[in-house]
Amino acid sequence: MLTLVGLVLIAIAAPMLLPDPLAQPDILQGVNQPPGAKHWFGTDQLSRDVLSRVVTGARISLTIAFLAVAVSVTLGAMVGLVAGYWGGWVDAVLMRIVDGALAIPRLFVLLLVVAAWESLPLLVFILLLGTTGWFGTSRLIRGEVLRLKQEPYVRAAEALGAHRIRIVLRHLLPNTAGPLLVAATLGVGNVVLLEAGLSFLGVGVRPPTPTWGGMILDSQEILFVAPWTSIFPGLAIVITVLAVNLFGDALREAVDPRHA
Amino acid sequence: MSDHRGLLEVVDLVKHFRTTGLFRTTASPVRAVDGVSFTIAQGETLGLVGESGCGKSTVGRTILRLEEPTGGSVQFEGHDIFSLTPSELRTLRRRMQIVFQDPYGSLNPRMRVGRAVAEGIEIHRLAPRAEIPERVGSLLAEVGLDPDAAERYPHEFSGGQRQRIGIARALAVEPVFLVCDEPVSSLDVSVQAQVVNLLAELQRARGLSLLFIAHDLAIVRQLAQRTLVMYLGRVVETAPTESLLATPRHPYTQALISAAPEPDPTVTRSRIVLGGEPPSPSAPPSGCAFHPRCFHPKKDTRCQRERPELRQVGDSAAACHHAE
Amino acid sequence: MTAPVLEVRDLRIAFPTRTGDFARPVDGVSFILHRGETLALVGESGCGKTLTSLALLRLVPAPGRIEPGSRLDFEGRDIMGLDADELRAIRGKDIAMVFQDPMSSLNPVFTAGAQIIETIKAHESESTKAARDRALGLLREVGISDPELRIDQYPHEMSGGMRQRVMIAMALATEPGVLIADEPTTALDVTVQAQILEILDRLREIRGLAVLLITHDLGIVANRADRVAVMYAGRIVEEASTRTLFEAPSHPYTQGLLESVPRLTGPVQSLKPIPGTVPDPARWPAGCRFHPRCPKVMARCRAEDPSRLALADGHHMACWLAEETAR
Repeated sequence: MLTLVGLVLIAIAAPMLLPDPLAQPDILQGVNQPPGAKHWFGTDQLSRDVLSRVVTGARISLTIAFLAVAVSVTLGAMVGLVAGYWGGWVDAVLMRIVDGALAIPRLFVLLLVVAAWESLPLLVFILLLGTTGWFGTSRLIRGEVLRLKQEPYVRAAEALGAHRIRIVLRHLLPNTAGPLLVAATLGVGNVVLLEAGLSFLGVGVRPPTPTWGGMILDSQEILFVAPWTSIFPGLAIVITVLAVNLFGDALREAVDPRHA
Repeated sequence: MSDHRGLLEVVDLVKHFRTTGLFRTTASPVRAVDGVSFTIAQGETLGLVGESGCGKSTVGRTILRLEEPTGGSVQFEGHDIFSLTPSELRTLRRRMQIVFQDPYGSLNPRMRVGRAVAEGIEIHRLAPRAEIPERVGSLLAEVGLDPDAAERYPHEFSGGQRQRIGIARALAVEPVFLVCDEPVSSLDVSVQAQVVNLLAELQRARGLSLLFIAHDLAIVRQLAQRTLVMYLGRVVETAPTESLLATPRHPYTQALISAAPEPDPTVTRSRIVLGGEPPSPSAPPSGCAFHPRCFHPKKDTRCQRERPELRQVGDSAAACHHAE
Repeated sequence: MTAPVLEVRDLRIAFPTRTGDFARPVDGVSFILHRGETLALVGESGCGKTLTSLALLRLVPAPGRIEPGSRLDFEGRDIMGLDADELRAIRGKDIAMVFQDPMSSLNPVFTAGAQIIETIKAHESESTKAARDRALGLLREVGISDPELRIDQYPHEMSGGMRQRVMIAMALATEPGVLIADEPTTALDVTVQAQILEILDRLREIRGLAVLLITHDLGIVANRADRVAVMYAGRIVEEASTRTLFEAPSHPYTQGLLESVPRLTGPVQSLKPIPGTVPDPARWPAGCRFHPRCPKVMARCRAEDPSRLALADGHHMACWLAEETAR
């Protein structure tokens, strides 16, 4: 959890602390310098500081991941709650859509759309990642709602004359918090990896904006000459994904009143 | 009891559940409730007893339209419950409430007790926002809980206390009619007695009408003036509770009373131990549904052929060809 | 009365709590079970009755443990001193158990017959054919009609009462001397409950089985048990023959329990509940554990823990009132 807070803080504070990651070719130090006192993570083939690029990359990668997951979890929760609680044909239609969507590989769709777009705005990229990532979540939440709506307390709320929307927001949604958080944490890890993959394939966020995947792509030719150029962004990905998952577990316990 | 105005009138209530499988919709539905009629007068407590699967809980839920009925009608204060629009139904729900069996499942684990009790008041705007905490406090006091319970979560309470919270939640909207669906079945005896006494007291103080659903006749006796016995989705006998216990007319009622364990070794009733178990409600036996287990000396082929209707026998109405 | 089969002396079970302390849900329980009798262990949830029964086979779930100093003797053998193999030999073979929930106590993927046969073969070297014949006999003995049909059915094809009969048949398969029945009829309807109790009674008579009947229901006890031990807060507070206990209940808790049970016979009286709730095992009250709820509480009860005192032959209770009456 501390790791994650640290990561976010670093990402926010980055521009104040470090040299400009985009263009500050440090001609004096030269290209492909190994890690040292001046450049802790070394420099890349354009003599840019790898540390500042990793840190700035965190900004981009984490922003993309959190926003995309926020979109997908919200969509997934909404569809799952509606399908599960309303039932009947609403449920049938929504779930057939989800079934269909799940049958199409996400990476394929993303590649197609992203490749077709001339210069992809970051916001569109985030929305794309978000709107292609909610299908599993909606399934999960629907299942949870099907179980929860049989609970006597939901029946009691109905008997009190509560409107459906009230039941969904006050009774069902809070009780799906556990699975939602699990879905969200898995989602963040997933999107970080997916974004890295897309950038690595050269269709995600375009250079020179540093993203972790993009950095690994850029440095693949010099992997053996200057391994630090890919090791550090790679490590950043691993640590982030791990931290997010651990954080999710902690958060799930923290929001459950029974664990107080 | 003839001077009582009928508050609730249930006529020929039917509820079938269709079980759906992966590739088929089964042909024979589960006949959970199969033609049940009764009335409850203002201020009256009606007991509804039967074994698991006899449809007694379904009756309670269908009356409140928490389940959609398959057939029949329910009149409550002159309104036909089954033909109300959703918004009319929501308004009427203020007048009729339910207390559930399971003290663990009946409260939202993520909602503080105070909010749970306040929910009905908020929904029906029964008090200005500022007065809600005070109302909640007095409701909690009425069911015998500390007012500071409002700030705590359900898991901090014992089963009996949760049941009190459930009762407070139902009372918050000032209902005139309360369905109690086995409210004390999962409580320990000493606590069970507390809750039974509380219900009796509230019933008197507020002039409530109660449909008290239970499998334990001894508890029903504590509260109900009149009792209905159900077997396989149908009423087999109905009578004033004391006459039902003293002179049960239907063989099933006789067996039920005889099997009830009494904490007194000197009570040695001639025990009727019924053979077999209740048949499946999706394939009820022909004629009288009780005939395969019946021990009545006059049992005959008519019982297998012809379904007995309720008929008046002394104080009771019993659905048995040979009741006398 | 015949020879004791099972003797429990000063049984204590401890569970570590979050605060690093110990909770003792069973705290000094002693009783003797004789051949051919039914001893009922009665109490409300949380009194420790089920844990006591599990301890008899050393099945206390982790992290709980039976504390040193507890004695469990089965036919003169010290159960506490047995190793894992010896313990396994006793479990099921000499002391068998029947649980409350007949649905989850049977394995859903095997037929009833397969499970009974397995039990027989686990303890005796018999051919499958012979074991099957014995299984059929057992099913007949527990009152299952059509045993030839039922033996090949799966648990989900049976009703709750039928499953409980199968459980009892399984428990009897190895001819145990002691049968522990933990709330055997709680999950069943009253008409079926009566059938099961009838069977247990018959088996006790015919086989000379010693039955430890664990229940919360005083109604069941009244007609089925020879002796009753009432438990409260981890201890036995009163023990007597069934007749004595119901005719002259002496401990205020027993009295309160009997008064809070609704009756079918006699005039309708409003119930007299015991005020308050059962205390938490991690924080038993000081002195007599019942004193905060007791209508007859005396100054002494708040400070001093009453020990087991004899009221008459075979009638004991843990209450200071026993001394008052003796004087």
